[in-house]
Amino acid sequence: MPYIPHSEADRQAMLEAIGARSIEELFKDVPEGVRFPALKLPPAASEMEIRWELEALAGANFTVADGPCFLGAGAYHHFVPAVVDAVLRRGEFYTAYTPYQPEVSQGTLQAIWEYQSMICELTGMEVSNASHYDGATATAEAVITAINVQRKRRKVVISPRVHPEYRAVVRTYTQGMGLEIVGDERLDADLPQVLAHLDGETACLIVQSPNFFGQIEELSAAAEAAHAQKALLVVVADPIALGLLKPPGAFGADIVVGEGQGLGVGLNYGGPYLGFFATRMEHVRKMAGRLVGQTVDVEGKRGFVLTLSAREQHIRREKATSNICTNQGLVALAAAVYMAALGRCGMRQVAELCYHRAHYAADQIDGLDGYTVLRDRPFFKEFIVRCPRPVAEINEELLDGWGIIGGYDLGRDYTHLQDHMLLCVTEMNPREEIDMLVEALEEVSA
Amino acid sequence: MNIPKDLLYTEDDEWLLLDGDEGVVGITDYAQDSLSDIVYLELPEVGDSFEQGEAFGVVESVKAAADLYMPVSGEVLAINEALVDEPEKINSDPYGEGWMIRIKILNADELDDLMDDVAYRTYLEERED
Amino acid sequence: MSKPLIFELSRPGRCAATLPALDVPPAVLPQELVRDDLALPEVGEADLIRHYTALSQMNYGVDTGFYPLGSCTMKYNPKINEEMARLPGFTRLHPYQDEETVQGALFVMYSLQQFLAEIGGFAGVSLQPAAGAHGELTGVLMMRAYHLDRGEAQRTVILVPDSAHGTNPATTTMSGLQVVEIPSDERGNVDLAALDAALAEHGPRLVGMMLTNPNTLGLFDEHIEAIVARVHQHGGLMYGDGANLNALLGIARPGDLGFDVLHYNLHKTFSTPHGGGGPGSGPVGVAPALVDFLPSPVVGIDPERSEEDEPFFTFVHPPKSIGRVKSFYGHFGVMVRAYTYIRILGAAGLRRVAEHAVLNANYLMSQIKDLYRVPYERVCMHEFVCEGRFEDAPDVHALDIAKRLIDFGFHPPTNYFPLIVREALMIEPTETESKETLDAFAAALRRIADEARSAPDLLHQAPHNTPVRRLDEVRAAKDLFLRWQAE
Repeated sequence: MPYIPHSEADRQAMLEAIGARSIEELFKDVPEGVRFPALKLPPAASEMEIRWELEALAGANFTVADGPCFLGAGAYHHFVPAVVDAVLRRGEFYTAYTPYQPEVSQGTLQAIWEYQSMICELTGMEVSNASHYDGATATAEAVITAINVQRKRRKVVISPRVHPEYRAVVRTYTQGMGLEIVGDERLDADLPQVLAHLDGETACLIVQSPNFFGQIEELSAAAEAAHAQKALLVVVADPIALGLLKPPGAFGADIVVGEGQGLGVGLNYGGPYLGFFATRMEHVRKMAGRLVGQTVDVEGKRGFVLTLSAREQHIRREKATSNICTNQGLVALAAAVYMAALGRCGMRQVAELCYHRAHYAADQIDGLDGYTVLRDRPFFKEFIVRCPRPVAEINEELLDGWGIIGGYDLGRDYTHLQDHMLLCVTEMNPREEIDMLVEALEEVSA
Repeated sequence: MNIPKDLLYTEDDEWLLLDGDEGVVGITDYAQDSLSDIVYLELPEVGDSFEQGEAFGVVESVKAAADLYMPVSGEVLAINEALVDEPEKINSDPYGEGWMIRIKILNADELDDLMDDVAYRTYLEERED
Repeated sequence: MSKPLIFELSRPGRCAATLPALDVPPAVLPQELVRDDLALPEVGEADLIRHYTALSQMNYGVDTGFYPLGSCTMKYNPKINEEMARLPGFTRLHPYQDEETVQGALFVMYSLQQFLAEIGGFAGVSLQPAAGAHGELTGVLMMRAYHLDRGEAQRTVILVPDSAHGTNPATTTMSGLQVVEIPSDERGNVDLAALDAALAEHGPRLVGMMLTNPNTLGLFDEHIEAIVARVHQHGGLMYGDGANLNALLGIARPGDLGFDVLHYNLHKTFSTPHGGGGPGSGPVGVAPALVDFLPSPVVGIDPERSEEDEPFFTFVHPPKSIGRVKSFYGHFGVMVRAYTYIRILGAAGLRRVAEHAVLNANYLMSQIKDLYRVPYERVCMHEFVCEGRFEDAPDVHALDIAKRLIDFGFHPPTNYFPLIVREALMIEPTETESKETLDAFAAALRRIADEARSAPDLLHQAPHNTPVRRLDEVRAAKDLFLRWQAE
């Protein structure tokens, strides 16, 4: 029996000790009419059979390693150093539970405290929690924090250039809270038009930088406008960009959230990912999620514990800051290992590779007939290209002809951007791949 | 359990010291004992007004966070600023240095809803069962 | 000796990664966009690996030993799951790739949807929620949307038992609904009289009831069918918290018991690892009436692109969906692990899981109940709750017993939950533990009961041999020290 060690003798001895005649007897409280259903599932497979099956299923997929990938839009093909998985595979890390017994969990606790510190440094903020499920839910939690801080305000202003899925998740999460969410009714609104929605009812303003289109936003203008109305500024950031760019904290952001997937987590077909959340100390008690604090033990030794738990669901119950129970422990560990491995110099270098290669690609593509790169704002690793044909058609030909995974079809989410492709270039795209893309785009332009 | 004679009590374990048409509010010895080491306190601002039973603040310990409720409707005249920096005084001296807010009592009839020390003691005993 | 922080190991100029040189002409980079500095650690690879290895050695996982945390189902995490989740054909897929290029991945997701629906007795499943609490929020939002769709906006009340996990009331409030708590009776069931009273008062405004069955006391509610019938009678829906599903695999299907929506915990019941606090995965299963409200998208089959015996899998959008609850599709990496587990066990294997989980819990209970009071005189399911206190040793608390267990090489059980049992110790052995392990754990508890009277300081000062001993949690909460900062 897989994973169950009992022999028949064990079962008998145990039943005797319990005073039951059979295992079935232990289930007498289960109504007879529904007891012991026959489940229609595939027959049990041995380990080698399941391996063959899954290797075939995995092998049937075309991956970002099978050809050049220029697809971004919120999930990125970034470098995952070998050290990350080496650490993640240690059973003491991945088979452990939430560190509620700190004496036997100092490994997890210290690693998360270090993660919190690194996120603070990256974002320019004073405190970080132990993570949320992803960038989208972290953004929703930022909204909830903002309305807990600004208790009498029910309005949220959000830019249409925040990732469409994040805007959707914010709405799903808050559908029972009686909030008014505005700013993205016009998908083509620019920042000044979004800021015009701010007023004395606004709890927070949410902007993303680099935004969904890859553009670097005017965070000073956003901060000024939000603070003039005493609204919180929430910035959705890209952790890889922060290796190079001025962090939102430097512009006066009140909460910084984002997707940590680029920090050594890998693509994994969409998950598990990592939502980071950082803010000012004055809001620390309104922040959801787990938090690790440093303290001392009875012998005066440095140690770490989960702290401010009184805000959380297992104590505060219906008055909790949020219902969240898990963070993304192992994924936060991966991000910490990544940030420690790349470090001060490496993160800068990765960001520069993304920036310069993306700009090289943009210049080359802009030079092609039929293609125009939109350059009204500075960008980091993604940019918009207006194409001579529908994006879906171009991508099909890129894949079939060159094995290239093309960029994101912006027309799917932004009606005014039909035939516009969002192209992403990272440190994983050497120059040869970019040159191949340019050549291919030229070929398929007719 | 210390339950001073000259105070009035609520079912949520707050005490009220009557002082003319004003009052002083805090939490009882039973409350601080249940919470154990208090680490944080959130108090309202001077000038805020609350109804009887409305939450005026939050007290937080390592194991619990609890709302603080107004014994009677009132306007906040003063708050114990020192307590915010040293919330552990609530544990060590809940009726003295642990005082939280001084209020102007807006409706004296509501005082009838409160318990005296004898009634509160009985109430605590019933709760234990 | 405490372990140094990664920042303390840092020395200027070090880096543990090798990166290629820039192979394109550098572009203009406006200086006002660039940050001043980034004070992340600078360490070499060997120091990095030694640092994290040292940290791991201070941790206790299921791979280390027995981990009887009630309601967490800390069962053994099979290694084949880890291998399958790491197949490059899965890890290197971008979520926005054309569906044609990821049919293998969609097959796994579609199959898992089917398996979970079959196991739970439901008509539809969404794999999108990232964890149990997330699944709960999804479920409650669906219940709310269902009533709103039928023009019943006056329904705002959710009934929750007093034994419920804290996420239940927290989720209810987050959804803009109102919690009404129902007490338990002396046999650990939902008190039917109290339920009737609540239904009489709140019936017309009832959204539904959230119930964990078996409950957090490890007991199967003896009146489950009556409870479900009453709630349905008043137009309410039944939400099942699937945290304790390990006791029901192949034994009973929540859908057959009348639950309208259930969240699964892949990281509990389906052996995916807990990761030191995530990532989990909290899919939801629903009865036919709620299928249209599932979060969007779910995996379906496109008949137009399908062939004879080769279905084409595609994402579909339920017509009355509550919306998206997270970006992309859910925790795919965790799904692969759960898929592998279910395939290796099959239907018969899953039933044996539940049988042995329940056998182990009852056996362990039988070995200690003479010393540790179990408040409910009943057969338990996959876990049981006992009191961590002794009448003749009033200074000894559940906390002391828990900490002393660490000295015996065991992870403590859950403390102080559920709230309705004094000095609660919630013990869930799971099916992957052998009789010897259970006997050793029982022996430790019996010895501790002895020490409580003869040498209580051993308990009060426990643990004695861990890298750090009891930590000052008051100080951690008062003097918030939440990040490292350079001097």
